[in-house]
Amino acid sequence: MTRATLQALLSHWWRNPLQLFTLLAGLALATALWSGVQAINAEARASYDAAAATLGEGQYDRLVRRDGQPIAQSTYVQLRRAGWLVSPVVQGRLDGVRIVGVEPLTAPGGIGPVAPAEGGDITAFLSGEGQLFATAETAGQLPDLNIIVTPEAAPGTAVTDIGVAQRLLDRTDQIDSLIIVPGQPKGRADIEAIAPELVVIRAQGTSDIGRLTDSFHLNLTAFGLLAFAVGIFIVNGAIGLAFEQRRPVVRTLRALGVPLRRLVVLMAAELMLFAVVAGIIGVGLGYVIAALLLPDVAATLRGLYGADVSGTLQLRPAWWVSGLVIALGGTAIAASAALYQIAKMPLLASAQPRALAMAAGKRAVVQGILAAGLLGLAGVMMFTANGLVGGFTLLASLLIGAALALPIILDRVLAVASRTAQSVTGQWFWADTRQQLPGLSLALMALLLAMSANVGVSTMVSSFRLTFTDFLEQRLASELYVRTENTEQSEALIAFAQGRTEIVLPIQNADVAIAGQPTEVYGARDHATYRDNWVFLQQGSQPWDTTFAGQTVLINEQLSRRAGLNVGDEITLQGRPFVVAGVYGDYGNPIGQAVIGEGVFGMLYPDVTPRNYGLRMDPAAVAGFVANLEAETGIPAVQSVNQANIKAISLAIFERTFTVTTALNILTLAVAGFAILMSLLTLASMRVPQLAPAWAMGMTRAQIGKLELVRAVLLALLTAVVALPLGVALAWALLAVVNVAAFGWKLPMYLFPIDYARLGLFAVLAAALAALWPARRLARTPPADLLKVFSNER
Amino acid sequence: MLLTVKDIHKTYHTADGPFEVLRGVDLTLHAGETLALTGESGSGKSTLLHLIGGLDAPDQGQIQLIGQDIAQLDDNGRAALRRGTVGVVFQQFNLIPSLRVADNIAFQARLAGQHDPAWDATLGDRMGLTAQLNKYPEQLSGGQQQRVAIARTLAAKPQLVLADEPTGNLDEATAAAVLDLMLELVTETDAGLLMVTHSADLAGRMSRRLHLRAGQVA
Repeated sequence: MTRATLQALLSHWWRNPLQLFTLLAGLALATALWSGVQAINAEARASYDAAAATLGEGQYDRLVRRDGQPIAQSTYVQLRRAGWLVSPVVQGRLDGVRIVGVEPLTAPGGIGPVAPAEGGDITAFLSGEGQLFATAETAGQLPDLNIIVTPEAAPGTAVTDIGVAQRLLDRTDQIDSLIIVPGQPKGRADIEAIAPELVVIRAQGTSDIGRLTDSFHLNLTAFGLLAFAVGIFIVNGAIGLAFEQRRPVVRTLRALGVPLRRLVVLMAAELMLFAVVAGIIGVGLGYVIAALLLPDVAATLRGLYGADVSGTLQLRPAWWVSGLVIALGGTAIAASAALYQIAKMPLLASAQPRALAMAAGKRAVVQGILAAGLLGLAGVMMFTANGLVGGFTLLASLLIGAALALPIILDRVLAVASRTAQSVTGQWFWADTRQQLPGLSLALMALLLAMSANVGVSTMVSSFRLTFTDFLEQRLASELYVRTENTEQSEALIAFAQGRTEIVLPIQNADVAIAGQPTEVYGARDHATYRDNWVFLQQGSQPWDTTFAGQTVLINEQLSRRAGLNVGDEITLQGRPFVVAGVYGDYGNPIGQAVIGEGVFGMLYPDVTPRNYGLRMDPAAVAGFVANLEAETGIPAVQSVNQANIKAISLAIFERTFTVTTALNILTLAVAGFAILMSLLTLASMRVPQLAPAWAMGMTRAQIGKLELVRAVLLALLTAVVALPLGVALAWALLAVVNVAAFGWKLPMYLFPIDYARLGLFAVLAAALAALWPARRLARTPPADLLKVFSNER
Repeated sequence: MLLTVKDIHKTYHTADGPFEVLRGVDLTLHAGETLALTGESGSGKSTLLHLIGGLDAPDQGQIQLIGQDIAQLDDNGRAALRRGTVGVVFQQFNLIPSLRVADNIAFQARLAGQHDPAWDATLGDRMGLTAQLNKYPEQLSGGQQQRVAIARTLAAKPQLVLADEPTGNLDEATAAAVLDLMLELVTETDAGLLMVTHSADLAGRMSRRLHLRAGQVA
């Protein structure tokens, strides 16, 4: 019995390959978008973990110099003699590869190549013979060195003995940081007494890079989930339509004696089989998407956060298993309603042409209540949500609530249109469109989600772009930036700049913690550059005057939000109190920042000497200045960067940041367009009995085909009208709630009506294109097929 | 006794309130006997047929089929009954559109675990379907489809054949030919036949006739 039933069930797909394709493609695309994003995240996280394992990032407290300069080898020796169990680390770049030097004998377990790969020789490693450990990809970049290939190494990183690293990097006797080994002996001398220039950086528990990039990955995951939700709507629609078509067969099978339970189990098994097949295809497609996007993601993460991420994708179980699980889970979710209906369908229920519409009518009440509840929740959360969980709850309730409300809104609009229609054709058209709505509603919901996501994300990105461009104009006010290597160069630069520039603005900072937040404190020189260009989000009276006078401090928005500091609050730097006089926008910076006057900075941090300078001058004089600076002082031109270049680099990094979301945006919209095509194609075969009477009463097949096309365009247009306010609400939620929670800054929101109009046009065009084929098929339905409707032979 | 129906009641709940379709119907049928069930539309003929075929359950009364009260069976029990003991020929054929004619004919017998390819071939031949075996239902005429449906029912060699206006969609000549074949094969397999029909001619060719009026035997 099972075999015969399975044969009957599977033969449906054999005879309806397009429907099978719809089902598999919908699920595969949904899985592809999800697993592609997960693959990128998994690759990036694996890279961070490898980097953290190499450097012990986030696991151990460290000592660094307060002024950011290298620690002398003699200081390390002093500390060891004083009983401090510390291990030195040096790092730098050689031919684009990050060289990390460690000392295995003093390093805590888990740092560096503690388990050398096959071919590794710990004696050679220690004896300074120049043995390095790296991945095969990295090894290829350092052909002249003795590299032991190990897959466990961090991407773009080669680990070696500190002596070898110092030699390769030409940094003899220099150390970047000292790892404080856990379990220090008691009674050792105070660090202040041995090396007052050093400061302890406490372990954060997770790697810095991992923490900084969490928001970026969270956004990607959210987008992947949204794309998957769109996919699930498609799969739900495809399964619903397939089950609707098979309703007569199900009835026949049951009438012929197949028990209901076995039928449901077999149909579920059949779907799970498809889910596995589609899941495998989807994971494969996801791999392709991830492989195409990964270089951009890697470049973004490197540009924004300095995180090295492998540019090559590996098949990690974490993402391909999650892809398959989500395909199976998604199918189970999408199929559960259809299987429930089959289980509850009375055996004698006929396969009525309006079965879908009638069932939808009964569901509409529940759906309406659910939609109202979710939209109500979203309304409340708009005023109360804070934090990422609140932000994503707001987004989810807004999107799902609107999607559920869409068929009800469209139904009401069509009912009104039907009542106001004058001509008989018009009346039939509106009534017929209304009847078709339940079959198309899931595809239209998918389109709504895709379009509103598109509006929301593009509004966010464009608002960010406008704000960021303005911000760059404000913050990169100096025409030229020069980096110096030492005090001599600094002095030479300042002397050379006298008379040739309007002013030299030193850029100097110290790393501190304010209210537990890692913060960079800058000492700013009193000049109009700051007064004229920096924009405050909150400010007291004369903030620059009091700050340059050494009385107050200015902080960035990130620090203000994370530490709960506002204008008038007090903070302490090196024991000296400062009142917050202003809060400024600081987009793109992952950590806190504070600005105090140059004079007071020099008093509080006497060891810090500036190594970067901003020079104000006539923009036309920049090129000549750089050439003469090199000629007269020996400061190479490579150490000078003009403002235009920095802006171009910053904007390029910024643009790449959103390449991934833009690509996912387009993919999601394409998937929604595909959903409409597939739904219309599936419905077309069920439409003949509904269209035959209109044909019999005098409408031509061409007229019917045209009306089918008009119907699809109309429904897409109505969906676009609903998608626009939803997208704007989504953008607001992203900018005002999610962004603040994820990045620590709130962006002003701008609207882009032309972009929205263009998107609406694309959506309508996509719907028209999707409707073209089914409409053409209907227009070319042979009269014999139409006649069969009346001869009871269908 | 093949079939005994006692005091069967069935009420449907409609938007206009409860509607009692059957109000205490009794009937009997012997093996090899043919019975025509006639009556006006809405008199309860099809409902009675569905109840006897285990497609629905009565509200009250007994339906004894080969000594078993099918009113007491659960869904699985009724499904087993439909697979093995009873064969239903529907007015709308209810073929499986995605299976070829040969597979459709063999289908119910395979479900019942009684598949006999030689018997299938005989049925195909007797029904004049030999040339159509590899076609799909949509490629056949209405008369041909109904013959496939009858062949499918008889292929499982059921003890009771229930037919719900099996010739309702066919022209007179085709209907007569189809009925001839069905009667012939039912007689050969010694099955009982209970046929719902509006046609007095067809009813006249059965061994007995039972007329329903407003849910009761007239």
